Amino acid sequence: MLFFTRWKAAGILLTALIVCLFAVPNFFPERTVRTWPSWAQRHIVLGLDLQGGSHLLLEVDANAVRKERLQGISDEVLRILRQARVPFTGRAIHGNSVEVRITREADVETALSKLRELSQPLAGILGTSGQRSINITESGGLITLTPSDAAVTERIRQAVDQSIQIIERRVNELGLVEPTIQREGLDRILVQVPGLQDPSRLKEILGKTAKLDFRMVDQSTSAEQALASHIPPDAEILDGEKGEKYLIEKRVLVSGADLTDAQPGFDQRNGEPIVSFRFNSVGARKFAEATQQNVGKPFAIVLDNKVISAPVIREPILGGSGEISGNFTVEQANDLAILLRAGALPAPLTIVEERTVGPGLGQDSINAGEHAAYVGAALVVFFMLVTYGLFGLFANIAVAINVAMIFGVLSMLNATLTLPGIAGIVLTVGIAVDSNVLIYERIREEVRAGRSAINAIDAGFSRALATILDSNITTFIAAAVLFYIGTGPVRGFAVTLGIGILTSLFTAFTLTRLIVAYWVRLWRPRTVPI
Amino acid sequence: MRLLRIVPDDTRFDFMRFRRISFPVSAMLSIVAILLYFFHGLNFGIDFVGGTLIEVETKGGAANLAEMRSTIGALHLGDFQLQQFGAANDVLIRISEQPGGDAAQQEAVQKVRAALGNEVEYRRVEVVGPSVSTELLAYGTIGLVLAIAAILIYLWFRFEWQFALGAMIANVHDLVLTVGFMSLTRVDFDLTSIAALLTILGYSLNDTVVIYDRIREMLRRYKRLSMPDLLNASINATLSRSIVTHLTVSLSLLALLLFGGQAIRSFTATMMFGVVLVGTYTSVFIASPILIYLGVGRTRLGEAEEPEKPAEAPPANTKPLAPPQRARAPR
Repeated sequence: MLFFTRWKAAGILLTALIVCLFAVPNFFPERTVRTWPSWAQRHIVLGLDLQGGSHLLLEVDANAVRKERLQGISDEVLRILRQARVPFTGRAIHGNSVEVRITREADVETALSKLRELSQPLAGILGTSGQRSINITESGGLITLTPSDAAVTERIRQAVDQSIQIIERRVNELGLVEPTIQREGLDRILVQVPGLQDPSRLKEILGKTAKLDFRMVDQSTSAEQALASHIPPDAEILDGEKGEKYLIEKRVLVSGADLTDAQPGFDQRNGEPIVSFRFNSVGARKFAEATQQNVGKPFAIVLDNKVISAPVIREPILGGSGEISGNFTVEQANDLAILLRAGALPAPLTIVEERTVGPGLGQDSINAGEHAAYVGAALVVFFMLVTYGLFGLFANIAVAINVAMIFGVLSMLNATLTLPGIAGIVLTVGIAVDSNVLIYERIREEVRAGRSAINAIDAGFSRALATILDSNITTFIAAAVLFYIGTGPVRGFAVTLGIGILTSLFTAFTLTRLIVAYWVRLWRPRTVPI
Repeated sequence: MRLLRIVPDDTRFDFMRFRRISFPVSAMLSIVAILLYFFHGLNFGIDFVGGTLIEVETKGGAANLAEMRSTIGALHLGDFQLQQFGAANDVLIRISEQPGGDAAQQEAVQKVRAALGNEVEYRRVEVVGPSVSTELLAYGTIGLVLAIAAILIYLWFRFEWQFALGAMIANVHDLVLTVGFMSLTRVDFDLTSIAALLTILGYSLNDTVVIYDRIREMLRRYKRLSMPDLLNASINATLSRSIVTHLTVSLSLLALLLFGGQAIRSFTATMMFGVVLVGTYTSVFIASPILIYLGVGRTRLGEAEEPEKPAEAPPANTKPLAPPQRARAPR
């Protein structure tokens, strides 16, 4: 147990040294570290509860994704059946499916075969999975099309990916520092912005779907009359900014998807904030057609199903650009321009969890954590010296290297350090000492039983190591489970506890033994000063 | 240099004698803890029941709680609590989950911000909607059960089944008592509390395993020793180590409790209770004697309810364990 070949000793010391060196970048300011080679730049990331910032968990509205898919299928059914000249009735969305009734018995087969083209095979892990994107059934002339669960899941996944891209663009435009935007689970997105104090503006920007449509106002009747009696089938009632009602055609002339640019600006005539926009060639053409055909009539600019403004078309706009004015403040115009540039979200996002920490609390937490760590370490060091003397010193050295290694491993993994994480490190110091205590108590026992110094030390190590392994594994299992089920700060605790156990196993099995072995070799003691 | 010896070298304390007291006492305490849980309840934090937590610092002097209470009460946000949190101008506002899904929680926060205005600085805002809180509660419970199962399986591999079961009973008892403590003191029960419970579980098993290891060694070596005597000998042998380790962990936790700040106070207090008080007690007075009741060593000579003289003397501290030898081939 006490014999180390030169290579083994060198290997152990080198490993410890390298791991500890990884902790070094944490002591230098950010700017200096950036100039180092990339492999040396890994450092610990402070959790939001230590550096302050905002943590937002957004959920994609899966129902909206489903509804849109069903609407899309319904539109496609219309197009296909019209093209195939198959008469049908009762095309409607019921629950989770689209239903359509084929009028003539003879057409059912044709209809089915045409509609089947809508359904595509879904890819599995190894080629096609045998599932299709839409399940089509028919009974008595009524065809039902249901999107399969796998297809819906895929859509939601795509919606999340798209949303992440759009969120990135929006967040970048706000000029926020180093945000983290990542997927969480099937339908959620995590947005973490360090240093952000008041996430209200961010929440507003992320909460808006930003779907922009240009549609004509339906002038066949007034909005009030339509509400009272009967709304024309191709129109709907939408609210304006101040709650006034508009009757707007459902048909979209041009949509925000065709915008290439949007900039905030000021109206030439009255100096009010406006947003000026430009279409791509497709959009410009559609816009030109729409304005040419409808000179003198009001058209509505609809944002997220709200009418922002409904100006009258005075002349055809062929240049593909225009202005939106609608009682904006400067900031509102700015935000709208950002939203239009970044693009519309495929589905609405809701904030399901928010945790924001101010810089005051963050700094206080760091101070408290440091203070507790120093005091805890000092107490333990003192106690070990008093109880085990020289061997206590060896244990303290081993534990010091242990803590340095914990920081090293955390740096290597670019792990996040939270306040519970610091608590985990302090706790690990207490637990790591246990390994040494087990060894030393065993040595004491062997000495009492009459063994010589070297034999006692040797036997102490060999007998204790199996126990050390057993006892640490149980705490490690608890840490592993906690890592799996925990989020945020709690996960930070699990990480430091788990890493701490691994490094303390390493130091107990190697470093403490190494130090004692060299001491034995140099001093050749007759008695064990323990 | 005289080193500190907290535990004298050859203690022969009869721990097993107390098992007739410790078992009933523990059973009673466990029942009290379970009753506390069901009738007094746990102070569930927003992590598990949803809601909003806002920590503010009033600028300019100590906080006027009564005034703040009426300001927020006027917003009609349902149940809410206001309490001082650490410093005199530090106030913790907790608003219960608003009906209306996740969006409603955000509205509530905006209302509070508007109402409190610029008089306060926001140290922390946490909002947990209904979907996330249900998940966290599920994960927390599953996590605890999973950890218990995983550790049980691990112990089954390393020891015989009686040891695994004994350790589990002892440590679940730890958790039960700790939950009772948390119910009594009304500490916030949130995710960090689950972290504390899992750590207590892991660490106190740590302790139990050390004693079991020694018991197993003794079982192999002293075949004719009665169980109570053998258990006593094992515990006495490991007593020094146990006391020293518990002291070092207590020192670490004490530092955390005193200096770690208000934010993790409930976490460290729970750990202190679970690890130090309960963990020590159960390893000695529950986990070991339970082996007798589970039938370990039933076929031993001299194993009776009231052992008079052991068949063979327990390991005396003067007897050499093995003839001293020169160190043999290097490992």
